Amino acid sequence: MDYAKKDLISINDLSKSDILYFIDTAKEFKKISLQDIKKVPTMRGKTILNIFFEPSTRTKTSFEIAQKRLSADTINLSISQSSVVKGESLSDTILNLQAMKPDAFVIRHNESGAPYFISNITNASVINAGDGINEHPTQCLLDIMTIFEYKKEIKSLKIAIIGDIVHSRVARSDIAGLSKLGAEIYLYGPQTLMPRFINSDNVKIAGSMDNAVKEADVIIMLRVQKERTAFYFIPSIEEYRNYFKLTDEILKLASKDVLILHPGPVNRDVEISGSIINSGKTAIYDQVENGIAVRMACLYILLSGRHS
Amino acid sequence: MEKLLIKNGIVVDPFTNTQVKRDVYIENGLIKDIKNETVGAKDINIINAYNLFVLPGLIDMHVHLREPGFEYKETIKTGMEAAIAGGFTSICCMPNSNPVNDCKEVNSFIINKAKSFNLCNVFTIGAISSGNKGLNLANIGDLKNSGAVAISDDGMPVEDSSLMARALLYAKTFDIPVISHSEDIKLRGKGVINEGFVSHKLGVNGIPSVAEEIAIFRDIKLAEYFKAPLHIAHVSTKGSVELIKMAKNNGMDITFETCPHYFSITEESLLSYNTNAKMNPPLRRQEDVDAIKNALREGLFDVIASDHAPHSEDEKNTTLDEAPFGIIGLETSLALTLGLYHEKYLSMIDIANLMSYNPAKILKLQNRGAIINGNAGDITIINPEKKWTYKKENIKSLSKNSPFINKSFKGAAMYVIINGKFFKL
Ligand SMILES: [Zn+2]
Repeated sequence: MDYAKKDLISINDLSKSDILYFIDTAKEFKKISLQDIKKVPTMRGKTILNIFFEPSTRTKTSFEIAQKRLSADTINLSISQSSVVKGESLSDTILNLQAMKPDAFVIRHNESGAPYFISNITNASVINAGDGINEHPTQCLLDIMTIFEYKKEIKSLKIAIIGDIVHSRVARSDIAGLSKLGAEIYLYGPQTLMPRFINSDNVKIAGSMDNAVKEADVIIMLRVQKERTAFYFIPSIEEYRNYFKLTDEILKLASKDVLILHPGPVNRDVEISGSIINSGKTAIYDQVENGIAVRMACLYILLSGRHS
Repeated sequence: MEKLLIKNGIVVDPFTNTQVKRDVYIENGLIKDIKNETVGAKDINIINAYNLFVLPGLIDMHVHLREPGFEYKETIKTGMEAAIAGGFTSICCMPNSNPVNDCKEVNSFIINKAKSFNLCNVFTIGAISSGNKGLNLANIGDLKNSGAVAISDDGMPVEDSSLMARALLYAKTFDIPVISHSEDIKLRGKGVINEGFVSHKLGVNGIPSVAEEIAIFRDIKLAEYFKAPLHIAHVSTKGSVELIKMAKNNGMDITFETCPHYFSITEESLLSYNTNAKMNPPLRRQEDVDAIKNALREGLFDVIASDHAPHSEDEKNTTLDEAPFGIIGLETSLALTLGLYHEKYLSMIDIANLMSYNPAKILKLQNRGAIINGNAGDITIINPEKKWTYKKENIKSLSKNSPFINKSFKGAAMYVIINGKFFKL
């Protein structure tokens, strides 16, 4: 198995077998995190620039730990330290950094398409760590990895994705990745937050929360942002909580061994009842753990593929 | 057990699209099929409806009750009394009270207060935006959950197209219809009556008919694009009728309403600076009146509603500029509509559709709008030949702001039956 592309920009660029290859590789790397000495020399001598144009705690930390466990040299640049605020263009910023000969850029940007743009002007590998409302491919891979740990197959699983779908890069990547693996996906949320142009037979908009959750094997709850009230997407957080929150009551409709995921950070009792999290019914911490393994796998596949 | 038998009437039922002489039986507040044992039973109230038309209870889906906040104009109770006097069994009240009906507390207050009087049915219409201010969505889920049957910012048109778009989508999530007061408010500007020869003659600022048409066009386009149901209130111009044709030809889920004054009188009513003929949208030209009447005959309209908008005599006793928009209509709506029956623009079935069946369907009022077994015992019994004069001293509404005072009418409701309880008028 091999993966020829230099970048990981979109889940749509991966075939079904590519996805499985990333997951299999991640499973191997997960073992490293369980060792006493959580470090291998695989990426010694590689330089990776993590450029976060948008604040992030968990994704940034996850990438950094993944890189350190692979012994890569890592430099973090966040927006406050970057040249962008001084008026430098994105292209100039990248070309300057490129001159320092990094092996990879990990890019988080608030504008959709920024990692793609960067991948076209640099020879280094580019990993999309979340761009605007577009994609978050490593989140999708870690979600898939987590689902595989609980379910034998993804094919024909009923997966409900609930919340602010239209602004969610997690949802966009998850929908692409999970439907590629044959899941039946049901989306639900206020119609203001639903995508309106879906051209896949196994992605449907559910008519109600009950319909979405009923007999679901996996439920992915998305974070809703308070800012959504400003542009009339939702009236208020209180209303969201009253009608779009996953409650214990609604959860009873799901399959008995339902798996609940959330990309974090969770707004407790807004999109999901705190009691569901407290009772350990979610796999949120598995997701975080698998995030590191998946990111190690991505770096390994992209960098070793190119130089070996 | 309350039992009521309406005998010998001409029963007009839009659901079965029939108009036949038959009896209607109501027991415990519900319409029941007549069985043999019913006939001749004891303790049964009998209404002799010989030569009268028996329609499903009339529903006025566009009424402004002024409570809470403006009880000097109209209270929930006086509004309900005016409704019954006008032949209505159900009314729907717009949210522009003070406070605005934009939350479950106000909504429940109105519903509970109305219930306490045991008069007609009152259904509430909640706000689209908080305070009808057009700045953010009201808690529409809460409004629906606490009993609202629709949402509207009637009186304060939704100016921001993105707010209107999101309101349509968000309301669709909750399966609650949106009612639009479609008006380009900036284009209305300081206008107080229709822009035309009359406004020129009176020397007052006019409201161009396009202020209505532009906004209706926008709302049709939004509903079409977002595939959301929409009801357009109080259509008044010939140009708007053309837009209705466009929408109906495209088979869209958009319904249209007009009001009796738009097919009965013109802007000429304002020639003496009559503030009781000032409303929004304003009275238009004769050719607009003709267009509305023809559209009714062609079945382009879904609903006739009164847009009953009470204002006190003190408020109306001033200049056209200063007087508030709005006229009362609950007690003249049916008589004016029966005018079109006499002029052969509308049949009784049409009237039952426009004033009962369609409003019930649009607002998803359960078990109303048709005379069928199991439906609520809501009936309006009409004598289209009854002659009467609309006298100020007989007006039940607390406000008297009507351009039709002292007008003689032919046609009235004789009985109103609400959930099996009957009122002789
Ligand atoms: Zn209005």
